[in-house]
Order: sequence, then C-alpha cells, then structure tokens
Amino acid sequence: MPLTYNFAYLDEQSKKMIRRAILKAIAVPGFQVPFGGREMPLPYGWGTGGIQVTASVIGPEDRLKVIDQGSDDTVNAISIKQFFKKTAGIVTTEQTRAATLIQTRHRIPETPLQKGQIMVFQVPIPEPLQFIEPKRTRTVKMHAFEEYGSMHVRLYEDVAKFGRIATAFDYPVQVHHRYIMSPSPIPKYDNPKLNQSPALHLFGAGREKRIYAVPPYTDVISLDFEDYPFELEQWDGACAVCGSTRSFLDEIITDDQGTRMFICSDTEFCRNNAGKTFP
Amino acid sequence: MTRARQEHTALPLLQVRHLCKFFGRQMGCHDISFSVAPGEVIGVVGESGSGKSTLLNCIAGRIKPSNGSVLFNASMGVIDLCRCDEALMRRIIRTQTGYVTQNPARGLKMHISAGGNIGEKLMAAGMRHYGEIRKTALMWLEKVEIDPGRIDDLPVTFSGGMQQRLQIAANLVNAPKIMLMDEPTSGLDVSVQARLIDVLRKLVSGLNLSMILVTHDLAVARLLCHRLYVMKQGEIVESGLSDQILDDPRQPYTQLLVSSVLKP
Repeated sequence: MPLTYNFAYLDEQSKKMIRRAILKAIAVPGFQVPFGGREMPLPYGWGTGGIQVTASVIGPEDRLKVIDQGSDDTVNAISIKQFFKKTAGIVTTEQTRAATLIQTRHRIPETPLQKGQIMVFQVPIPEPLQFIEPKRTRTVKMHAFEEYGSMHVRLYEDVAKFGRIATAFDYPVQVHHRYIMSPSPIPKYDNPKLNQSPALHLFGAGREKRIYAVPPYTDVISLDFEDYPFELEQWDGACAVCGSTRSFLDEIITDDQGTRMFICSDTEFCRNNAGKTFP
Repeated sequence: MTRARQEHTALPLLQVRHLCKFFGRQMGCHDISFSVAPGEVIGVVGESGSGKSTLLNCIAGRIKPSNGSVLFNASMGVIDLCRCDEALMRRIIRTQTGYVTQNPARGLKMHISAGGNIGEKLMAAGMRHYGEIRKTALMWLEKVEIDPGRIDDLPVTFSGGMQQRLQIAANLVNAPKIMLMDEPTSGLDVSVQARLIDVLRKLVSGLNLSMILVTHDLAVARLLCHRLYVMKQGEIVESGLSDQILDDPRQPYTQLLVSSVLKP
C-alpha cells in the first residue's frame, strides 16, 4: 500500500492550532504568538517554522512560490516546493505575480506584492530584544510595557563602532506603532516593502515555536536616530546579467584573482528584466 | 499650582510603612517603617543576613513585599509602589529611581560599551538623537572621573572601581529622585573606595539627591549618611543621626557592631 499523507503533510488538528495562532498574530500585529511546533521532515534552521505556516494556510487552489536568498532554484527552495507538490498536489510557480503564496528565506521579491497574496517568512530568531536581554521572561514584560529604549542601544553601538548604523539584515522595525519586531533575516533593503504592503506577511519560527504577522496596509517603521536616519544599501554598478539598478545585488567572486561581479539576488526579477522566458 | 507643588515638596520623598517580607517561614524583614526627605541620605547598616538587601529590593520593586507599603512621591503624585499596577510601578522605578548593585557586572551590560550603558536610560526615556546621547554620556564620564576617551570601551576592560563609577553614572543620567545602593563599596580596594565615596559625596550634594545606602561598612556610613538605621534579624533595632549612633551606640548589638571596626 503506498504511503499517503494528509493534505499538506500536517494533520488537521495541528493545522487548526497553527491557524488559530496565525489569527491571533494578525489581530495583534508584530506580537509573537507561541504555538505548538510540530516535527517536520527537515532540520531546524531549514525553515521548519515557515513550512508549518505554509502547510496550515495552503489550499488546493494555491500556487506556491518558494525562494531562498532570492533564488527560485536553490536546494532549499526546490525541496520545499517538491514537498508541497507531493503532499498537497498543488501547482508551484516561479512568477511572483502568479503566486498566491510565497514562502521565503532572506528576501521579499522585487516585484511589488499584490492584494490577496501571502508571504511566509522562515524565522531563525524571532525575539528582537534577545541581543539586549537574553531572558525570555523579561523580554515578554519589556514588550508588554513597551520598554523599547534598549533597542536603540543596539543601533547606538553600531554608530559608536562604525560611524553609521551597520546593521544590514534583521533590522528592527516597529509595527503599527506598537510592537518592535524582528523582520527576520531579510536585508534592510526589504524593510520598506513591509510598510503599508497590500499583502499579508506571516512569520514562522520553528525552533522557537512562535508566529507573528504584519497584516496588509500596516505601518512598519525601521528604527533609527534623528541624526542617523534609516538608509538603504546602495551599489555603484548595475546587475551584470539584466542591468537593473533598482534591485538588491549579490556580490559574486568569479575567480581566484578576486574578480567580482554583482547580480540581482532575486532570480525571477532578473530573468524578467533581462527579457528571458521561463522554462 | 505653585502652592500644590510646594505641598508636594514638603512631603517626604519616600515613606516605608510596616514593610514585611517573608520567604516561606524565613523572615526577610519585619515591620520596617521610615521616611526619606528630599536630599537626604539614609544608611542601613547591619551584619550580613540582617535583611538590609531584602529591604532595599522591596523598595526597588525587585521583590514583592509580603505586607506594608512603599509610598513614593513621584512626579504624578504619591504612589504606593506595592499596590499600583505593574506598568506604572516599572515606569516610576525606571525613570525616577536608580539602583546600584554591589557587583557592577549585574548592574551594567558588560557586552555594551560604556557610552551605550550610560545612554540606555536616555534612549529608554525617548531620546533619539545620537549626538545628544553621546554628549551627555561624555559629560557623565567626566563627572564620575572616567577618561572620556574610554567611552567606546566595554566595561569588562575597566577596573572594579571604574565599573562601579560607570554604574553610578548610568543610574544618574536621567536625574532620578532617589538612588538605592546595595553595598556599592564592598569588593573594592580601600583607596578605590575612598575615591568612590568622594565622587558620591560630590554628586549627592550637587544634585540634591536622596539616597538609601545599604552597607556594612561603618566608615562609608559615617562619611555619606545623614541618618542611620541599624538592622538585626530583619528588624530595625536602632535609628538616629549617623554621628550620634556611631559615637554613642545604645543597643548592645550596635555597640558590638561599632566596636568591631578595626582602628589603625
């Protein structure tokens, strides 16, 4: 007898439990909701949180896109897509516009998101205050009482050490003028895409067993100083493949002599921009 | 308006009333009552285990007393720190009191630079201008006699005395009304102690700061405190002006305490 799984691997009770956590997270934007994390057939750190969130919200009509560091065809992205093809029989896509559900590690696609789309983030460290206060019992209270001054200490240390805010990823944001949230390991380049985004953003941390969310059209503000405002990364050149000057570029070293090139981290955007057709 | 403010300042800054703390069957402190006027420095002395630190922790909101009240004349009126809601209590503790621990490693954030440690309370209070924070931090380093060039160094690279002075600066930066100090000088070398006391005396007189100083060092008590309370087994056994108590102790226990100090 062939081995069969429930639709999208997780049993219905688990999915229901996770959906309840998601609903609560949407109701209180930026608040970390604990949930009963399940064992998934991939190791912690590979997206167990994201995959559980995806499994709970996915339906048979959904078109799933998975990206890893902006790329549609890395091992992690391909295996998660295969996992859902196998267990849910859904259609996958590489086109951001065509996707209804996008699971991601490290990037938000360059193509603007639309109303009705859901982004699912794989989160390694959900607690933005962990840097300053390692005790969970204390950070819970700091969130509850809005004691967020210490968050700026992290930025202060950056300016004192490097002369500018050097935090380049996991740049802390304040959601809906209330909770401080870690936008997970997305580069700060992607932070403004969260602000007033028409899409729903769900964050799942598998090891830490927490879910949080940014509902559509919510204010998401990156923390900064008055005299050291939030700034985006900038590159001197353009993408070597498509020539784009308005996307996040990865630096690639091409030989032992230190020759390097910059190319778009978002492969789908790059291909579209270069006028290439998809297979 | 001005009359109301005058009435406020006429009140004691802090009133401790019948404060008790039990740890199960073990008594921490029992029926402690006293008050602190603005600008007054109170010393609490006693042997180890007499409940000094328990009392201070109850006042600082770090442990919840079993009974009694701590009335604090905060900027928004007199508030019982044992009964008001936690959010208000934490706000008052954060903005209007300072707490200096015996071990600076517990009071400071050791993985954050000296400037960051001083700036933390400013940023918590809403200061969002890096230049201003930096300027204030430098000013405070100078006040506590630390070389301003060390502003970006981690506290682990500081000596014990410097760490303690840094802790004091980090607590004074947002101009608290009262400082709670738990044996700030023990664990320091005698000459370093003298310098710390010197810095403290200057600051206290300059800022009109109230202070509750828990210590078992009678020399420190004599130099800094206006009034003393002597504790034994969780209760206050004697109280009065510092010089009066140290020169003319009445209780046998206090006499023992005073005579136990080695005289050169």
